[in-house]
Amino acid sequence: MALTDWVFDGVLGLLVVVLAVAVLYARTLYASIVLFIAFGLLLAVVWARLGAADLALAEAAIGAGLTGALLLAALAQTSTTPFAEQRSAHWTRQRWPATGLALLVGVLLVRSLVGLDRMAEPGLMDAVTQNMADAGVGHPVTAVLLNFRAWDTLLELVVLLLALLGVRQLATKPLVIAAPWALLEAWSRILAPLAVLVGGYLLWRGSNYPGGAFQSGALLAAAAVVLRLNHLLPPVRWSSWGVRILVLLGVAVFLTVAIFTHWLGAGWLNYPLPFNGLLILLIEIAATVSIATTLTLLVVGEPDEVRA
Amino acid sequence: MTPVMFWLGIGIVLFVLGLHGVLLARQAIRRIIAINIMGSGVFLVMVALAARGEARDPVLHALVVTGLVVAVSATAFALRLATAAQAGDKKASEPKA
Repeated sequence: MALTDWVFDGVLGLLVVVLAVAVLYARTLYASIVLFIAFGLLLAVVWARLGAADLALAEAAIGAGLTGALLLAALAQTSTTPFAEQRSAHWTRQRWPATGLALLVGVLLVRSLVGLDRMAEPGLMDAVTQNMADAGVGHPVTAVLLNFRAWDTLLELVVLLLALLGVRQLATKPLVIAAPWALLEAWSRILAPLAVLVGGYLLWRGSNYPGGAFQSGALLAAAAVVLRLNHLLPPVRWSSWGVRILVLLGVAVFLTVAIFTHWLGAGWLNYPLPFNGLLILLIEIAATVSIATTLTLLVVGEPDEVRA
Repeated sequence: MTPVMFWLGIGIVLFVLGLHGVLLARQAIRRIIAINIMGSGVFLVMVALAARGEARDPVLHALVVTGLVVAVSATAFALRLATAAQAGDKKASEPKA
């Protein structure tokens, strides 16, 4: 490995750690959140560096973008003034026991992970490469997500749905959106169509290259959030039927395919051979729409109107 | 030291830092951020392990993609719980008319 690679890795690793410390011990909560968004973007660079392009895309859109938006929205809803310095933000009396415990866990982790950097056995990788011909898609990560381990992805969509239902039950107060800034509004009119275009491209390309339903859904959600924050989109509510159908579409299509493959085919989510690519694409499109709508609702969803 | 070992180490450092933050932070939002940093450490360990061989392990990558989406779902729910709890506290402390 060349020296420049080491310098790059070293600087990147150091920056990630320094940013994590800054996030955790920043004086104001606002600074902490902004630094966390920067941390997420840097982590996306780390994923790209480690050869995980799918993850880099997902982290930049979901980890940094949407989590950051969620945190800022939550901060706006709490009563503490965001810029005030919180002197008592950390417990001081518990400092030493907590540090000791964290260090102990760290030592145990180092002990268990040391030596794992050498490949002992190929694990499941060989099984994936052997079965790629029958997967229906050309990209191994997409094949694992939507064919070999499709059950996990189905349950993941259910988790997303459950989170949305939980958030909806606890609806606190209506979202207050400040008057849009003229430049931001103009930009969002350009950005949103571009995001839709890139989202569609990522979804289509996901069958053979990095990309796929989650990255695409997150990008579409980001476009919807930007439009909503600029008053270019009407309020999104769970109570409207269109929104409900879009949210449930992913799980519904996935379950229908699962039930039909169980009933007529080889078994639960074992796609029949000539149609596997088509079925995966169908599931991916439905999942993208659902993920986009669910994430949008999580960030800018309005509480239901109370019927008098 | 191999690059994989280096990134494994960074993953452990992130996990430990996050744990320290969870134990010491007083505000709910700070704790949620700290848990997210712990999660990033776990993801980093998994992605580093996926990069051991010549080819990248797609199973681990797929697991981390799933993990990211589950993490953002849990974060959204936790944040809403935190803000709702705070609103509830405020309501409870107001004098009853």
